[in-house]
Amino acid sequence: MPSKPIQDEKRVFMTGNEVVAWAALAARADIMYGYPITPQNEIMHYWTRLAPKHDKKFLQTEDELSAGFTTIGGVLAGFKAFTATAGPGNTLMQEPMSMAEMMRLPTVVVVQQRGGPSTATVIYSQQEVMLTTFGGNGEGLRIVYSTANHQELFDYTIKAFNSAWKYRFPTFVLGDGYQAKMREPLTIYDPLDKNIELVKPEPYVGKPGTPAIDRPPTQLRNTFSMEEELFEALQEIIGDYEKVAPEIAEYQSFGTEDADLVIIAHGVVSRAARLAVKEMQENGLKVGYFRPITLRPMPVKEIQEIASRVKRFLVVESAYGQLARLLKEAAYRSTAEMVPLYKPGVGVTAEEVVKKAKEILS
Amino acid sequence: MAKSIKIVLAGEGGQGVQAVAEIIAEAANEEGREALYIPNFGVEQRGGVSVAFVQISDEPIGSPKFETGDIVVALSDRAIYRTKQYVGPQTTFVYDSGIEGINGALPRNAAKVVGIPAIEVAKNELHPRVFNIIIMGAVVGATGVISKEEAETAIEKKLGYKFEKQPDLRDLNFKAIQRGIELVSKVS
Amino acid sequence: MTIQPAMPKSWRADTKPHKFCPGCGHGLVLKALGQAIDELGIQDRAVFGCDIGCSLLSWDFFNVDTVQTHHGRTNPVITGLKRANPDLIGIAYMGDGGGYAIGAQHLVSAATRNERITAILVNNTQYGMTGGQMAPTTLPGQKTETTPYGRDIEQTGHPTQGPEMVAAITKEGAYVARGTVANLRQLKNFIKKALQNQIEGNGFSFVEVLSTCPTNWRTNAKETWHFVENEMTQYFKIGEIKAPDSKGPEEGQTNG
Repeated sequence: MPSKPIQDEKRVFMTGNEVVAWAALAARADIMYGYPITPQNEIMHYWTRLAPKHDKKFLQTEDELSAGFTTIGGVLAGFKAFTATAGPGNTLMQEPMSMAEMMRLPTVVVVQQRGGPSTATVIYSQQEVMLTTFGGNGEGLRIVYSTANHQELFDYTIKAFNSAWKYRFPTFVLGDGYQAKMREPLTIYDPLDKNIELVKPEPYVGKPGTPAIDRPPTQLRNTFSMEEELFEALQEIIGDYEKVAPEIAEYQSFGTEDADLVIIAHGVVSRAARLAVKEMQENGLKVGYFRPITLRPMPVKEIQEIASRVKRFLVVESAYGQLARLLKEAAYRSTAEMVPLYKPGVGVTAEEVVKKAKEILS
Repeated sequence: MAKSIKIVLAGEGGQGVQAVAEIIAEAANEEGREALYIPNFGVEQRGGVSVAFVQISDEPIGSPKFETGDIVVALSDRAIYRTKQYVGPQTTFVYDSGIEGINGALPRNAAKVVGIPAIEVAKNELHPRVFNIIIMGAVVGATGVISKEEAETAIEKKLGYKFEKQPDLRDLNFKAIQRGIELVSKVS
Repeated sequence: MTIQPAMPKSWRADTKPHKFCPGCGHGLVLKALGQAIDELGIQDRAVFGCDIGCSLLSWDFFNVDTVQTHHGRTNPVITGLKRANPDLIGIAYMGDGGGYAIGAQHLVSAATRNERITAILVNNTQYGMTGGQMAPTTLPGQKTETTPYGRDIEQTGHPTQGPEMVAAITKEGAYVARGTVANLRQLKNFIKKALQNQIEGNGFSFVEVLSTCPTNWRTNAKETWHFVENEMTQYFKIGEIKAPDSKGPEEGQTNG
């Protein structure tokens, strides 16, 4: 094993795509498979520059189907494999990820959301929430971390590899074009220096010994002849998912205790929501803040708890109600009103959030 | 709202606005302040106007892009049109006074509209290659986001390897910073 | 006690008899593959990937680590595996729909990149699993569920010449052949060479196999063999098309 990729903890000022490449190195990722699509390209650019120095590999594939399925191949061989994509590429990525879901394969995918539907913009949105949480034909048995800043992009990319290999569900880091392209400071570090354990990968196929002589053969399938066989297989996967969901779910929240209004946002939009809530609180308004960090699984318990006592939510997102849909499901039985501030495909500023919140409160 | 300074820089490809934005943001970061820089990167960047957004603050920064800049710098006629949307009643709008045919195109809602002869100074007084450093000086002078010394340190950090070989370049760049600062202070 | 017919050592006996239709050619192809695995002694490091379509029924066929993938996606899965661990012997097993239609881009790209994997493609001129629709390999005039009046080449093109295409786009080191279930000794030889070529790290290895589907062809035994031996071979030429040590396209023996 070559020397550690990040010698000493250091404060850096870089783009989010560069952050992801460094984080993947820090997580001891072995191989990246990728296909060009804006705004994630620089993840590949940085990875291909860093990787050879650290004995890591890269393969540029013919499309995102191939990027996803080769990532699956890497995982099957027992390596920490990942890919990155966006927009229409994420659409194609859903096919391989549904296979990963069915076969419990710890793939890691970094998504830098761009505008949609269709080719739309190469710039930014939060319109890949439904796709990333519930895409593919399946049940959304996956882990999705929605990051808000470069420090989180670094921390959660490392965490994504750990969660994937610990729980064996396909894991996504849901960023966006803004996070991909902007520069801001963060501290990069070697997780081992911080006593962050790195979950070791292990091969699914090609283990030592001859099948049927030294060990049973590994035979993995995603096709079943009978409905009952599928049902049984799914019961087990769903059961496992339900069991670990509460320990995977993460959120941030403040000032919700006696709030007249709680503002909910995720990802980069939560930065503006947070600033807006802080300012309104300073002006004596009873406004709270809630942000799911995992969009799959959602922090259901906490959302239920807040929704049981708060009358109104303001849901802010750069999409047309995708986060809101997840929230409504999580808050089932609550009669809390969910007021939308939907700006599909464009950023949301703190000023806009304050303005909308004041309208609601007046 | 937490006090932060929001800067928009816009120009033609090759005018170096992205480099200036990055150097300023990085310099502020070096000083331990919160800094965020994001370029526009739509498909327009191929042959379109290059726009850079910078925010510097003592508090965590919110949205990477913003509605209104405290200072908006436009370095070409197209950039003037492109950046109008970021101008508000608090905005200082800076443009190059050498741009022709823009009468009536300048924003009317800005707090201040400042024309500076940066292109001319670069061409006749210093060197065309330091045009963007003059602009950097103008931003530093107009906003005070970083001091002149911090600006010099940032340039040294960025271009120091070139200065090693050509010490004259250092003087040229530092002069450009100084001239940029002077250009905005003269008119304000 | 019944006497078991001889089967390759690498076959998984407890999943036999296999699940293919009577008269299906898959069992023969997999027999040739099993023999090749045995003779090369690679049961411990071979990884078998099977596609969707009838090929998926082979997911527990061997005592070899196996992954059943998606329709057309076996080439990328095996490519990813091989790239991550070059010590494994990756075998991608698919039908003509998987290789030449839905996964054509993957076959082309694996070939152009000279991926060190072995792809085996079973050509039975139609989509078997879905009930006998036209495939890229359907013969001109051949009746299928989606060409009930016979394949009209003006409308739907000519039968895909897969190995010829792969040979054209691969560089030195590739191994390309077309075998048939009508000549198992030759087929085993081709598959063995294709695996050996991967073991030596020379390049992409590809074997198309002319195979039978009496169920969807609606043929009796005699007609089935006539179709595979006499009709398919009018469009699909049997033999080695490219081998690392050969200078150019090589005329193979005809079957029989």
